[in-house]
Amino acid sequence: MNVGDMSLERFAAALAGEGVAICWGPFVSHIVSGLPELAAPLHLLYADCRIEPPGGICDFHVCVRPHSPRLPRSKQRVEFLLDGAPLFPPFARRQVLPMLEWGLNACVYRLAHQFLIIHAGAVERSGLALLLPGLPGVGKSTLCAALVASGWRLLSDELALIDPANGRVQPLARPISLKNDSIEIIQKLDPKSTFGPPAIDTHKGKVAHVRPPADSVRRCLEPACPRWIVTPEFAPAEPLRLARMSKCSTFISLGDNSLNYEILGETGFRTMVRLVDQCDCYALTYDSASQAIGVLEGLLREPAEELRAAVAG
Amino acid sequence: MQPLPADSELLLGLLISPAAIAALTEAEWGQVLPLARASHLLGRLASEAQALGLTERLPCRVRGHLDAAAAEATHNERTIRWELNRIERALRHLDVPILLLKGAAYVAAGLPAARGRSVSDVDIMVPRTALDPVETGLEDAGWQRMKLDSYDQRYYRTWMHELPPLCHGERGTIVDVHHAILPPTARLKPDPAKLWTEARRLGGSRLHVLAPPDMVLHSAAHLFHDGDLYRSLRDLIDIGDLLGAFGRQRGFWSDLVARAQSLDLGRPLFYALRYARRLLGTAVPDEVTTAAGAHAPPRPVLSLMDRLAPRALVPRPREKVEDALGSWLLYMRSHWLRMPARVLLPHLGYQAVRRGLGGR
Repeated sequence: MNVGDMSLERFAAALAGEGVAICWGPFVSHIVSGLPELAAPLHLLYADCRIEPPGGICDFHVCVRPHSPRLPRSKQRVEFLLDGAPLFPPFARRQVLPMLEWGLNACVYRLAHQFLIIHAGAVERSGLALLLPGLPGVGKSTLCAALVASGWRLLSDELALIDPANGRVQPLARPISLKNDSIEIIQKLDPKSTFGPPAIDTHKGKVAHVRPPADSVRRCLEPACPRWIVTPEFAPAEPLRLARMSKCSTFISLGDNSLNYEILGETGFRTMVRLVDQCDCYALTYDSASQAIGVLEGLLREPAEELRAAVAG
Repeated sequence: MQPLPADSELLLGLLISPAAIAALTEAEWGQVLPLARASHLLGRLASEAQALGLTERLPCRVRGHLDAAAAEATHNERTIRWELNRIERALRHLDVPILLLKGAAYVAAGLPAARGRSVSDVDIMVPRTALDPVETGLEDAGWQRMKLDSYDQRYYRTWMHELPPLCHGERGTIVDVHHAILPPTARLKPDPAKLWTEARRLGGSRLHVLAPPDMVLHSAAHLFHDGDLYRSLRDLIDIGDLLGAFGRQRGFWSDLVARAQSLDLGRPLFYALRYARRLLGTAVPDEVTTAAGAHAPPRPVLSLMDRLAPRALVPRPREKVEDALGSWLLYMRSHWLRMPARVLLPHLGYQAVRRGLGGR
């Protein structure tokens, strides 16, 4: 059963009661929250995600609850608990949805060290993955959302998980988090996209989430073979440019953008070497998402032989 | 003793008999994983599963968690070794012996208790007279004092047995510099000089570790006299590991009892042996249990501890009211043991006011 197969009333009751175990990527997060304003956005954004039946293994036990319930609602704060302990300081109540999404990301990068985790967007086409590494603010989520709108499968907008055993990218396929101007850009690029309610005044400005495509969610257990690493830089009024980037520079950049490279030690190093070795590496300078998409789609038009060999390998 | 909740019993069962890892159902894993993580014991389970060759046969999702915990534990051990290297280097110009405590000692001495640890803080002890030059030496090498207000600085420097923690500016790692194993204000007063006399030097270095009985007694004092027991099952496991490793050495048990007497640590030893035996099945010779019994608390106190301690050691993700009350009692107990009333009451009053004003 998927989240969307439950009525909103039943979902809300379950969320506030025994909790709901939602599957995304390789993980199951059991979420409990008595905050009524969370039920509808979660029901919408995770509609295509499977619900894990009771008695299974949940990877993250999450509780979202008021931190200061006696204050008037406008001054209230809410907190995100993992296994009973807060992961970070409380947020204002009106920011509860982005807090939940950031919290679920934190569950992954704090705990999922069976993967090498890189701050990167990741999308897939023809069996091959394109990684867009970079710190928050470079535009990787916007590019991700734009690529997904033009037919690429969403692997992740924020955290690329690389499996050390086989070098493949493990999808998460969670809602894409967009900020400020990006929200309108994607709404224009893809009017059919489904957005959750926006939160204003977060530490990143205005934040809203796009529901992942049903196909991306359905295939979230299907890893992809990495083929391109494109490091984006948003540069207004500069000409669009996609230039080859040396593998050494890419390695250093990925290391800087990795969340657990040090923790994995030698395994992290070997996984990163394999990743960079098998990918074509580029730097992209752009000031318009739709132009950038055009250039990135050009990467697909490589000789068919090379593409087939890459998928098989 | 009161029986523990089912999931706590399950976790304890795995720690006592790791072979049972192979037989857990998915539903049981669902209960044990969050509890093990909250108790900092997931790395330990991973290490046990690997030692028994069971990892390959586990459900995929469980394997992911154990692999992740194993990666973290390896990283923590690597970090501790590097930090010890950097600390020795930072203090090489001083003629000061450095005594390693807790996890750093277990790693440096290659003890079984070093397996699967989830913390990479380093605890060291130096002579009290060397505190200032040691702090300066570490600061010169990049460690930084935590930003504390003058009250907290005084709390540490006057009343406690350690400096405020030092955090390395680049690596973010923490060193706690002690001059004793319990606060000078505490009710029990183990003499640091006696610990230094029996300490063992490691190789040709300036690093030392405590003698085996003292290592057990320090762990017992840390758990039962210096903290509120909350989520400290890992510390009890350490005690069980140390007793298992040293228990085979000739003269260890009689030394342990004698040292507890000499260091004024009879009561913590009593509790350590009692709960290691009852919760972990640690083997303790009968005559040692009898000798430690001479330091037992009055019966009503023991009754209360038997009720509160096991539940505090193994945390539940969702605390019930009786657990919250028990936690509060143990919190008060830990402060009562650390400070005399004339110091404790103003301290608690100050903390309450500060919290009320929105401070830490």
